[in-house]
Amino acid sequence: MVAAQSRIDRLVRPTLSRHLLLALGAAVLLLLLSTQIGAYDDYNLTAVAIFAIAAAGLNLLTGVNGQLSLGHGALMAIGAYTASLLLKDHPLPVVVVLLVAVLSSGLTGIVFGYAAARLRGPYLAGATLTLAVALPQVATRYKSIFGGEEGLTVPPTSPPAWLGADFPPERWLAWIALAAAVVTMVLLANLLRSPVGRAFKAVRDNEAAAALAGIDVARTQVLAFVISAACAGLAGALFAYWSGVTAPAGFGLSLSLQLITAIVIGGLGSLAGAVWGSVVLVFVPQLTSGMASSLNVPSSIANNLPLAIYGGILVIAMLVAPHGIQGAFRRILTIGRARWGHTPAGGQKGVVDWDDPASDT
Amino acid sequence: MSRFLVLTLNGLTQGAIYAAMALALVMIWRATRIINFAQGAMAMFTTYLALFAVDHGAPYWAGFVVALSSGLLLGAIVERVIVRPVETAPPLNVVILTLGLLLFLEALAPMAFGGQIRSFPPAFSIVGLHLGNSQVAFSPFDAFTLGSVLAVMVLLLLLFQKTNLGLRMRASAFNPEVSRLLGIRVGRMLTLGWALASLVGALAGVLIAPSLLLYPTFMDQVLVFGFTGAVLGGLDSAVGAVVGGLLIGFALSFVGGYLGSDLETVGALVILIAVLMVRPRGLFSLQRLRQV
Repeated sequence: MVAAQSRIDRLVRPTLSRHLLLALGAAVLLLLLSTQIGAYDDYNLTAVAIFAIAAAGLNLLTGVNGQLSLGHGALMAIGAYTASLLLKDHPLPVVVVLLVAVLSSGLTGIVFGYAAARLRGPYLAGATLTLAVALPQVATRYKSIFGGEEGLTVPPTSPPAWLGADFPPERWLAWIALAAAVVTMVLLANLLRSPVGRAFKAVRDNEAAAALAGIDVARTQVLAFVISAACAGLAGALFAYWSGVTAPAGFGLSLSLQLITAIVIGGLGSLAGAVWGSVVLVFVPQLTSGMASSLNVPSSIANNLPLAIYGGILVIAMLVAPHGIQGAFRRILTIGRARWGHTPAGGQKGVVDWDDPASDT
Repeated sequence: MSRFLVLTLNGLTQGAIYAAMALALVMIWRATRIINFAQGAMAMFTTYLALFAVDHGAPYWAGFVVALSSGLLLGAIVERVIVRPVETAPPLNVVILTLGLLLFLEALAPMAFGGQIRSFPPAFSIVGLHLGNSQVAFSPFDAFTLGSVLAVMVLLLLLFQKTNLGLRMRASAFNPEVSRLLGIRVGRMLTLGWALASLVGALAGVLIAPSLLLYPTFMDQVLVFGFTGAVLGGLDSAVGAVVGGLLIGFALSFVGGYLGSDLETVGALVILIAVLMVRPRGLFSLQRLRQV
């Protein structure tokens, strides 16, 4: 009994193997789920996976490293346009397209990262907001390359032959997106628990103290920006496959604001929060528009009710659950543990953890 | 008339609007350390209210007064009902809160006033003035736009610098704790600050509506350029907001006129980044610069 316990411990304790086990479990569950649902839900599942990748990257930058970006949609656009330009003439394999998109957005991230490292708070917010508005205009301006307002069409990925002739392409894309999401989450989860991840948090909490502890503040901030941009690029490339067309209208300001909304609603600074936020982003508008169309009201009201409800939900959520969905879960867990007579697990005494609302200062 | 002069005058009138928006954002930032992303949507809503009054037979000036007074009221309500409870929340939460308010108002407006694009009447003629034999690209309405923005700025300056009330408002923004100990009703000052800022925003809405047409998201770009102007000038400086707003107005006009209108925002971005690289806290910042 004890031996079995310690064997499980040995498997679960090390961070890497714990994350790999979790990822494997999640992958199997998602695989089973995707085979049980219809094409439309596969399509939605793909959207959740795409937003989760982008939101996780943004959460690393904003939640973990403390740099507020209101222009992440622009970085997704760079990934999407890279993928679309690659696929314009050559039918390249998906993996190659995704990797090149990650590379190109990561390189862009270096440039923006250096600029961002000099800016703080609302100034960074203002600069990234302008970026989100300006970048789509470049695509409209250089029509011959980026296709102007109409954008570039992206050929769909066809499922490989061994899956059978009637395998739904929506499910194949869902598998690709989910695999990319799981890999991203494992990599980010390990990164967050490494010295690099701790440096990110140290810079967020106190730049002067971090610098005194020997952390190169500027380089840490640039690195966070690059990783975050690479995630956005991956999500953008998948987004191109998902929507079938890459056009400036798809990467407007609202996309950037949706991403920042997702991480705050989901839970700032936690990867699980990015996933919850993406689920909210994809399914809440569908729920509310379903509700609105079932009501017997004039179309001018029914068409706008979903947005009104969504806006209302954001306001109310910030008033009642300031730490987001993941924060609310943690609180419930902490209360539950206290009631059952266990001490809350994890977290050293005296160490303030941003992720943990119980140790909030 | 030379192209340069046309673009300069155009930049000046556009810049006055962005300056008003930037000033509204800076007033709220200084009082409560919040970037109010709903500022544009609030101005959109008050402009719709003005149009509603005009539609129902009221003269233009009555609509103008409706816009400004409803702006005052809306600002006060938003501060009391929505912003007050999150005073101590993390800054990002307040950002999301104002974004939520923006979406809510942009959905509420078409529900209440109908979703179709509407034209908004200008106060004066929008045909260019005649100087001697030539017509200049500067209309009586442009003059009115400039004049009213200038008047509001002078009035605000007098309020903040010369009156007891203004002193109390500045004190509450500077140090709420001490102000409270000195007997200032800080909460009321914050409400008043939001109300005044919202009035300035409402003015920008009424002034820009004739040239942009009225639809639920018509103030979004004004908000973005106003914010860009505020950041350019430095968020802690009212003078900076005005200068920044005007600079953005000129930049958009010149870039649009000489390089093509689809590069306007790219030009604004380049200028913003260039300025922020040299002065990370805006042109008129007084605080020490941060080092990388």
